[in-house]
Amino acid sequence: MGALLEVRDLKKYFKTNSGLLHAVDGINFSLETGKTLGVVGESGCGKSTLGRTILHLLEPTDGQIFFGGKDISSPGKAETRKLREEMQIIFQDPYSSLDPRKSVSEAIMEPLKIQGSLSKDEMREETRMLMETVGLAARFENTYPHELDGGRRQRIGIARALSLKPKFIVCDEPVSALDVSIQAQVINLMLDLQEKRGIAYMFVTHDLSVVKYISDDIMVMYLGQMVEKAPADELFRDTRHPYTRALLSAIPVPDIHNKTKRILLHGEITSPIDPGPGCRFMARCTHAAGGCHQMQTLEECSPGHFVACCRYKEIEKEDTA
Amino acid sequence: MNSTSTNLLEIKDLAVEYHTDEAVIYAVNHVDFSINKGETVGLVGETGAGKTSIARSILRILPMPPAKVVSGEIFYNGNDLLKLSEREMRKIRGNKIAMIFQDPMTALNPIETVGFQIAETIQQHNSISHAEAHQRTCEMLEMVGIPGDRFKDFPHQFSGGMKQRVVIAMALACNPALLLADEPTTALDVTIQAQVLEMMQSLKEKVETAFVLITHDLGVVAEFCDKVAVVYAGEIVERGSAEDIFDRANHPYTLGLFASLPKLDATEKRLSPIKGLMPDPTDLPDGCRFCDRCPNAKDECSKSSPKEAEIAPGHTVKCFFSGGN
Repeated sequence: MGALLEVRDLKKYFKTNSGLLHAVDGINFSLETGKTLGVVGESGCGKSTLGRTILHLLEPTDGQIFFGGKDISSPGKAETRKLREEMQIIFQDPYSSLDPRKSVSEAIMEPLKIQGSLSKDEMREETRMLMETVGLAARFENTYPHELDGGRRQRIGIARALSLKPKFIVCDEPVSALDVSIQAQVINLMLDLQEKRGIAYMFVTHDLSVVKYISDDIMVMYLGQMVEKAPADELFRDTRHPYTRALLSAIPVPDIHNKTKRILLHGEITSPIDPGPGCRFMARCTHAAGGCHQMQTLEECSPGHFVACCRYKEIEKEDTA
Repeated sequence: MNSTSTNLLEIKDLAVEYHTDEAVIYAVNHVDFSINKGETVGLVGETGAGKTSIARSILRILPMPPAKVVSGEIFYNGNDLLKLSEREMRKIRGNKIAMIFQDPMTALNPIETVGFQIAETIQQHNSISHAEAHQRTCEMLEMVGIPGDRFKDFPHQFSGGMKQRVVIAMALACNPALLLADEPTTALDVTIQAQVLEMMQSLKEKVETAFVLITHDLGVVAEFCDKVAVVYAGEIVERGSAEDIFDRANHPYTLGLFASLPKLDATEKRLSPIKGLMPDPTDLPDGCRFCDRCPNAKDECSKSSPKEAEIAPGHTVKCFFSGGN
């Protein structure tokens, strides 16, 4: 297999007092070096859990993860540490993900220290290089996170993730806490880094315009399952799943002339605790019919475009009629 | 004592500062702003631009101290709100002018039922019986799409989108003439945001309330607002009708904001961000506040502050190179 990362039937359940919470329920995908997979969905759909489970920040309940062709589904302690050098994460909130008592250079140096292969001077040099790479001026070396704005803090988070030269980074909503003008700066930085270093990203977000911009492929999740996956352009151009359609039509577009008709969903996301076997979106779907009570399988409707809806062909006819 | 126009609310020369031990934060810097009956105005800007401070000074709910209104007048129905006694202000707050707060999770009292909280607002401002207040509360809940029999439920029994509906019902309970909505959908998922916006849209048609919508999301503004004011570092740098701002934006900051948004039909490989950061509100630059980040800045921009100039009827820009100055 040429894929850098391959995830097979990955599951992560949480035990709760009221039953089993199916946070991630049978996800399959593969990701190649230097590519970006966007993962979108509403809060509670399991997108962050998916990222964390792949990195073994959470132990998977079931399923397999292959990285560079090697099975890393249940790594030992030493292997986990080795994996951390290759797989990293950038967290959503640059305010709470940094140690307030570590200065900028200490925070960036920390992963290098733990890895322990560099001398003190080399680490200092490396830290300086990393700060330059992410666009943090050298004068910030001895400042503390609380003295910096969100954009700069997120740059520290990126520098930390980059420090061990990973091949794969999970970006968990890295720009949603930032203002638009700063958000654009950080996204450009991430794209530049990908181009230079060939890093593969899994970009988890609820912001659909950002994800289209940055991703090669986009996966749409609903209640722990993948409902649709397609190349970024195609997902927006040729949307198949009724949930994806509603989701895309709900984005407010900053253009007063483009008043597209909105597909309004009724109700809210249903409970992920002990869900039935049928389509999980059924309760909110305007197209639901008898076949939806059965388990939905992913079908490849065009090369690289997968959809998990038994009625997608009929729906298209209904809509054009 | 009223101004000559027919404005519902008129803010003149408002300046708000926050005095802390270390520094003075210049949050709102001499803003003029007005809104007519039934109008919807979007107040757009980034974090820290001073949008919320403007809204809070209208209702006089700024945290004082550290906040201080150092100058300005806010006329509502011919009265300067800033000169009213607290007693008179209470008759207006929640009754004539109401506010929807950003975070529905913290805007409600967790130990009272939602029905009680809405009825409380109604009874505070109207001398009506419990039964009538109950009746009216159920009507309000139904209006925002919540079954009236959920009157006795507590906030934690509602989801985020439902809580925001409760907050909206509460704000509309006394038929206010003006509603200040501070990022009403920012904490919600897109599909829920769509529901709430749709609901607010239909309410706008039903009631004759004027809206001030505070947001950083230009998409929401495009859908909801008749007029737009763009706020940067405590000043309104550009204002006009929605068409003026979305089709004929003129101020470099407004243009920069639009350019930094990822477009759904984009083909270019990189976004065009505005370089640099918003100026530190304790140490604002002389001259134009945007000059450090502006691609067109000339020498004069850092020396003196541009005046707001009208470049087309109703469309004003605060920039030396807008064509109006």
